Amino acid sequence: MNDVHVATTRGDISILLTHKADAGLRRRRKFVNRMMLGLAGLMSLLAVAVLLWIIGYVVYRGAPSINLAFLTQTPRPLGVTGGGVLHAIEGTLILSILAALFAIPPGIIAAFYVAYHPNTPLGTAIRFGTDVLAGVPSIVIGIFVYILVVRAAGHYSALAGGIALAVLMLPIIIRASEEMIKLVPGTLREASLALGAPEWKTAMRVILPAALNGIITGILLGVARAAGETAPLLFTALGNDRFEAGKLIQSSLESGHNIFQALFNLIQQPVDSLPLTLFKYTQMPFPERVNQAWGVALVLILLVLVTNIGARLWVGRRRK
Amino acid sequence: MRHGDRPWLFLQIVMGLAVLALLVTIGTMLWQQSSTALARFGLGFFLPTSNPSWDPVNDQFQAWPFIYGTLITSLVALAVALPLSLGIAVFLAEMCPAWLRGPLGTLVELLAAIPSVVYGLWGIFVFLPAVVAPLGEFLGASLGQVPGLQIFLGGIMSASGSSRLAAGLILAIMITPTIAAVSRDVLLAIPTGQREAAFALGATPWETIGQVLLPAGSSGILGAVILGLGRALGETMAVTMVIGNSVDNTLSLLRPGYTMSSIIANEFAEAVNLLHSQALIEVALLLFGITLLLNGGARFMVWRAAQHNSAGGRP
Repeated sequence: MNDVHVATTRGDISILLTHKADAGLRRRRKFVNRMMLGLAGLMSLLAVAVLLWIIGYVVYRGAPSINLAFLTQTPRPLGVTGGGVLHAIEGTLILSILAALFAIPPGIIAAFYVAYHPNTPLGTAIRFGTDVLAGVPSIVIGIFVYILVVRAAGHYSALAGGIALAVLMLPIIIRASEEMIKLVPGTLREASLALGAPEWKTAMRVILPAALNGIITGILLGVARAAGETAPLLFTALGNDRFEAGKLIQSSLESGHNIFQALFNLIQQPVDSLPLTLFKYTQMPFPERVNQAWGVALVLILLVLVTNIGARLWVGRRRK
Repeated sequence: MRHGDRPWLFLQIVMGLAVLALLVTIGTMLWQQSSTALARFGLGFFLPTSNPSWDPVNDQFQAWPFIYGTLITSLVALAVALPLSLGIAVFLAEMCPAWLRGPLGTLVELLAAIPSVVYGLWGIFVFLPAVVAPLGEFLGASLGQVPGLQIFLGGIMSASGSSRLAAGLILAIMITPTIAAVSRDVLLAIPTGQREAAFALGATPWETIGQVLLPAGSSGILGAVILGLGRALGETMAVTMVIGNSVDNTLSLLRPGYTMSSIIANEFAEAVNLLHSQALIEVALLLFGITLLLNGGARFMVWRAAQHNSAGGRP
């Protein structure tokens, strides 16, 4: 039996090998097998080790900086200890909300088209275009929005930053929504149409709620990704360490504007974000800024971890 | 057709076309806003030259050092990431016990979710002193003395470790999850019949992987690699933070340098000179074009691999 076994895999004169040589070859093959599989396992271990190294170090260097003041105060002057990154937290929130507002409606609607017309020329083209857009470097998108919005408006703004992040988020939302919509059983759609509902009502009232869990997961992951981006904000939102949303809105309302005008004025300001602040602080030769940078890194990592793990758990739970 | 069907379809098509329009607009705007520089410097802007100069004061711009920086860091990243990612993919797809597959896959994908600036921060203060600086010293002293390799490993690494090598290594960590995840999916999509046939013929698991599965998934894996390459080419923040951002006319990995994305990140905000901005936008245009071709090509290959496998796999 050993002879046949060797002959079919080696396919040559090894048919005539003696039992002893068979055992040698088998041993060597077993050894190579063990070694290679061991290597593969080692690579995986290495990846996990690097992940834990990064997270561990960020926690180690960043935790001392995190306190209530860090999260609720704006920066103190250079060289003075204390103060925080409230301006960056507010900025990240505002940018994320803007990006979500701009990216979600077009994304979901486009996803409907791609999901229900998969093999048409336009459907394939859109899908292809989405994937290509996902690969455009974020700094190129930043330059694009700079040309389109910042130059036209004459100033940097949170609005421009939000648009840049929305362009970044759009492919993620389209992809995730498309997959979730496809997962909704076709019978549901057919039943709704059979009951007389028009396509748009079916989409909004039947399919979308059914696919909502997955779509929300996709949106969360997209927002997490956008919240962590720096390059597109370098030339759009620019950064602003005097930003205090509350005070800006208050002064706007006091000078007679209504709430919508106040909000509009708010987003015309340049704004900082957590990653942008981190980047800037690492370029500064001041120890307290570098320490705060580690604190910001910790906040970012927590944000990312909570969103990613939370999103996965959420999807897994509802599947039951 | 019911009431509201036509406008709904119209809306969908408009939104879908918006995606394509976005791509076209990006390309057009970049082209237009770099037109003066394009006309002035022509193709010589991009070609390798032994005398590059990037001189905003005297309106001399030549982008070869940045193109080289991008190419060499991406190459290093791929060289390191490929074995790592394939090992992970093979482990996850073939060897991993079922209960470990999900959690481990999630952990690897978490590496991809870490923001680029955090990689940069960790790079500057942890990875560079702990790994890159000693590695650079070792390589410079050993392989750097070999005559042929001196171009790439000569020179002295800066004390902080900021170098093209540092950028390449950090990029490797950043693109590994992408390549690993896609390769794992490619491997998982290969019909089990292939594995069973190999085992029936007496192959060991490794022989199955190496001689049957990897060849069968090769076009998909190549697509994954190209995707990873695309990510490496466009990566900005982590690279900017560890590459040293100084003009260095050697080709050495141990020396600091610039990449296309890092020069834009560094200089664009302060480029008052119109030609300077145009030259930087031209660099962005090149970056856009390269990633467009690369991603388009990669998606096409992954798609084609899927067609192959769904038709029953290779014999």
